[in-house]
This record gives sequence, structure tokens and C-alpha cells, in this order.
Amino acid sequence: FLFDLLRVVMSGRRVLVAVKRAIDYKVQIRVNKDCTGVEDAKMSMNPFDEIAVEEGVKMKENKQADEVVVVSIGPKKCSETIRTALAMGADRGIHVEIDQNLFPLDVAKVLQKVVEKESPQLCLLGKQAIDNDCNQTGQMLAGLMNWPQGTFASKLDFDGEKTVQVTREVDGGLETVELTLPSVITCDLRLNKPRYTALPQIMKAKKKPIDTITPEDLGVSISPRLKVVSVNPPPKREGGGKVADVDELISKLESHGLA
Amino acid sequence: AGAGAERRSGKELTKVGSSGGEMWSRTLLKSLRGARQSSQQSGERSLGTLCIVEAKDGAGGLDSASKATLACAQKHLPKPFVALVASDAKGASEAAAGEIASLAGVETVLHGVSDKEGANGLLAEPLSQVVAALVGKLEPTHVVTGSNTFGKNLLPRVAALLDSAPITDVVQVVDESTFVRPIYAGNALSTVKFVGKGPLLLSVRTTAFGSEALETAQGAGAEVASVGAEEVAAGAAAEALSEWVGEEKSESERPQLDAARVVVSGGRALKSKENFEMLEKLADQLGGALGASRAAVDAGMCSNDLQVGQTGKVVAPELYLAIGISGAIQHLAGMKDSKTIVAINKDPEAPIFKVADYGLVGDLFKIIPELAEKLPSQK
Repeated sequence: FLFDLLRVVMSGRRVLVAVKRAIDYKVQIRVNKDCTGVEDAKMSMNPFDEIAVEEGVKMKENKQADEVVVVSIGPKKCSETIRTALAMGADRGIHVEIDQNLFPLDVAKVLQKVVEKESPQLCLLGKQAIDNDCNQTGQMLAGLMNWPQGTFASKLDFDGEKTVQVTREVDGGLETVELTLPSVITCDLRLNKPRYTALPQIMKAKKKPIDTITPEDLGVSISPRLKVVSVNPPPKREGGGKVADVDELISKLESHGLA
Repeated sequence: AGAGAERRSGKELTKVGSSGGEMWSRTLLKSLRGARQSSQQSGERSLGTLCIVEAKDGAGGLDSASKATLACAQKHLPKPFVALVASDAKGASEAAAGEIASLAGVETVLHGVSDKEGANGLLAEPLSQVVAALVGKLEPTHVVTGSNTFGKNLLPRVAALLDSAPITDVVQVVDESTFVRPIYAGNALSTVKFVGKGPLLLSVRTTAFGSEALETAQGAGAEVASVGAEEVAAGAAAEALSEWVGEEKSESERPQLDAARVVVSGGRALKSKENFEMLEKLADQLGGALGASRAAVDAGMCSNDLQVGQTGKVVAPELYLAIGISGAIQHLAGMKDSKTIVAINKDPEAPIFKVADYGLVGDLFKIIPELAEKLPSQK
């Protein structure tokens, strides 16, 4: 209790970044034989979460944050993903270990407990995980915490002490909102360009602490409300058709009534 | 914020409706109460579906996401349905409400969540509380909205308030509790069953339901009413959390990207903004919208709202012209359901050719002018 209290008192501006270990974005996935999921492939930090980590580290470098804490929820190997974030410049990690695949609601509930424990002034998440493409967790966490949410952020402005201006990429273009702190931000593609981690940073990261806990330690009982009935490949698209020149292209378009 | 952006304060709560408190017609309230009492006894819910749609000022009617939402509700979800119109302007809200009231299966259309100027009426923090309160009052079995940035921003927050797991970006309704949604950039389809309690929250992909025509009602239209004062008040506390500051929207005479019959899309190989503008003439000749790959947007060739892909817009037009686009997994996710795909690229190994019906290998800087010259002039 005393350590937690001390941590809150000393928190300055703490940023909590949530990261997910997901199939690498370059992988061409294949549905598995029993149609329950996809075949194993190379795993990496979800690209949007890399952007979130980068933003947290940049904030620290710009003296807008004092500490960047990274959290990941999943099996043992998530610790590798946390190490990558530590190598990028985060200060310490929290690994909530669980083998089961979680839906966003349960992820958000676990994160809620971590937030209550760590008292960050800002939560940074990736906009969506490129495996389930849900785009829900950040919004759910904000709802559970009754915090404002700045989703699909392409720019953050911390001019004020107590607020942040968020430029969001929306269907019609760009929208700017001002949020009170603490708040939840979900990071979009153009927020920043994540740094590569060089060997010295990777070596330094090995010494940074990672706290391993379980959902039970946080008082969260996982209760999935959804069941995946099956996973199937999409209808196959036949492609590879070629035309020799513009004239042939136009005649093909005309035959479809498109030109 | 750039051109056309304005700062508006969202802090005043304007009174809804002229009479303040009287929001429901007596007969409607009585029939709903009666229905709910009997359904509570039988343990079933009385209202079918709550549809949440967005009406933007100057949009000239319901947008394609809203139409897809209503089409899904009409064709696949339990009736009757109540539609809630959220808007950034009172006029747009009322106009949309009128349009929805003439549809088959609608019982009531609610509007006037917020009379605030600017898009403060669309912010998720207060709106999610209003929706949650409305769900508590109406007890629908399903809540549906579009899977556009409005719905993506709003629905998960509503779900969290209701302690529910939503099913987002649905492309197919199997039955009232089972839905199909794309995962891994659309390279797999996941069939998901809701096994929770309480209302089922879902969002629908525009391209999956947008082409289903909306059925109009026989006889008199549905009741149009203002959202109840209690529900509006539920959002009041959350108004302190956020404020709409401004926006930068592209104005265009061309069709909307997510509803266009033809899309002319440019990628990295165009190299510059000036070159990208070469595609505008082509788009106009084909009567199409402009689209772009992530690389083109990143390079500043065009604005972000043109981006087609896994995390941008998903389109399924009659014709998709991919010009100077290599065809990365993430881009294909946004256009591989197009009816006819044409690809123009210098690299014969470009992955885009694997999905193209008509691929033309060559220099786009020669091909595009030739195409523009030989095509019949502006549609």
C-alpha cells in the first residue's frame, strides 16, 4: 500500500501505453485447417501500438511526461513485446499474463484496473489491433473510466496544463477536439514515425523492470460475451487479367458499361 | 485548425423542444409501457432495434453509413425499430428524422439530442450517456449503427457503459445473435455469436448493406419526437470532458468515396500533389470519386479522407482504378470487393495485379494522359 501511495504521489505526469503482440503486418495469413483461427506466423508489436509507444517516449523527451509505463495482456511471450517498448524508451513494464484470447471488453476491464493502480494522466493505445481489427479497446477503457477519448489521433497538442488538443482523422477529413486530462488517446498512422531500436537501447532495456501479474491479482474475472463460431477464408477473387494497351482497356470498360 | 475551421463552445445545454418536458406522445408512451410490462412478465424485451444514425449539416440527406444501418435493421434485425438521429445542426437532424419516418418498420424517430452548434452534438462522451439512458428506457434487443468514424468512436463507449461486448464492422447477419465480421485486414472472416445478456450492440460495414434498397412504409409514417429530457440530461455531466474545436473538411462536387460507382485511386508512384491532381480529370470523365493509398496520403499528395484500406475507407464500387498502387495487404483490405478492378503499374510483379481483372503494365505518366484523351468526355 505504501509503495502504491508513494508511486501516486511521485507520479508527476505518467503515461500508460497499452501494447498488443499480434501477427506481423507483412504476413499473408492463412486460415487454419479446423477453421478456428489462423496459422501461426511471425509476431510483432501491433503497428498502431508502436506509434503509441513512440508518442509516449517523445512526450518524455519533450518534458511533457515523467514516466512511460507499458502494459501488455497475454501469454508469456508478451514480455518480448514489452521489452521492445522498453528499448524504444519506456521506463517499466507490466505484463498481465493470461493464455486465453481476450475480446476488447475484457481487455478494457483489465486495463481499467491497471489505470486505477497506476494513476496515469494519459493512456495511449493504438487505434486498432491488426489481427481482430476491432478498434474498440481505447473507447471502452475511456467509457469505463468516464474519461474523455481522442480517437484516431494524428496530432496531440499539450499547450495547456490540464487539457490536450487532439486532431483526429475522420471520414470527412480532420477534426480537432479539446479534452480534459486525464484522457484516453488512440493513435492513428500519421501521429508519428516509430523509431528503430539500436543495440545499446535493447541492452539497456534488459535491465528495466517488468512486473508480471494475473487478471485475478487485479480482481478482474474474465467473462467473454462472444463466442467465435468459425473462421473462414473470404471468397476467392480471380485476378491476373491483363490488357495490352489503353485501347484494349477502354474496350473492356465499355463492355462493362463503365466508360 | 485550417481553412473553414471554427471554434465553438459546447458548454451550454440548450433546452430541447418547445415544451421542455413533454417528449413522448401519450398514446405512444402508453402502448410502449403496456408492451414492456407484458414483455417483462414473459421475460422478453418489447422493442426490437435501436438504430443510431448521424445527420451532418449540408450533407443533403442521410449518408451511406446511415442508410446501411437502416437497411440492416429493416432486413435483418428485430422490428419494430426506433431511430435516434444525432446531428451537428438542428435543421439536419429534423430533415433526417423526416426521411427516416417514412421507412417501413420504424416506430419512432428521435432527434434533438443536442441543439448545440458545431459537432459538439456528436461527441462520444455525452452522446454515449444519452444512448445508454435510452437503451435503459426502451430495452431494445439490438442496437445498431454504422461502422464509420462516428460509429467506431461511439459504439464501443456505449457498450462499455452497458457492460456489453459489441460486434463491429459486420458484413453479414447469420441470425439475430450470429454475425460475420472481417479480421486480419479482410483475409479471414470471423463468425461470432453473442452469448451475453442484455442488448446486442453491432455496427455494420457500409459496403455490405448499403446497396439494399430501403423499403418505405405503407400508410402513415412513424412518430417523430424529441429525445426525452431525462435522456438528454444523462449526457449533461459528460459535456465537461470534451469540446469540439474545429474541423478541416474537403469540399468536393464529386461523389462521396464510400458510395461512388467509380473510384480513381492513386498511389506512391504519382510522386507529387501536382501529379495526383492529374487523376481529377480522369475521375470526372468516369463520374467517379478520388481515392488514395496510405503512401500517397503520407507523402502529402492528398488529404487523409481519400485513404482506402484496412484502417481507412472500405469501398466496393463498380470500378476501382488503382494507379501507381503496389497493392499491399492493407490497401487490398479496402478495395478487394470492388466489382471490377483495373490496375496500372510499371512493376509487373506488383501484388495489385493478382486481384486486378484488367492489369496494364506500363508508365502511368504515359497511360493516364492517353486514357484521358481517348475516353469519352465528362459524364
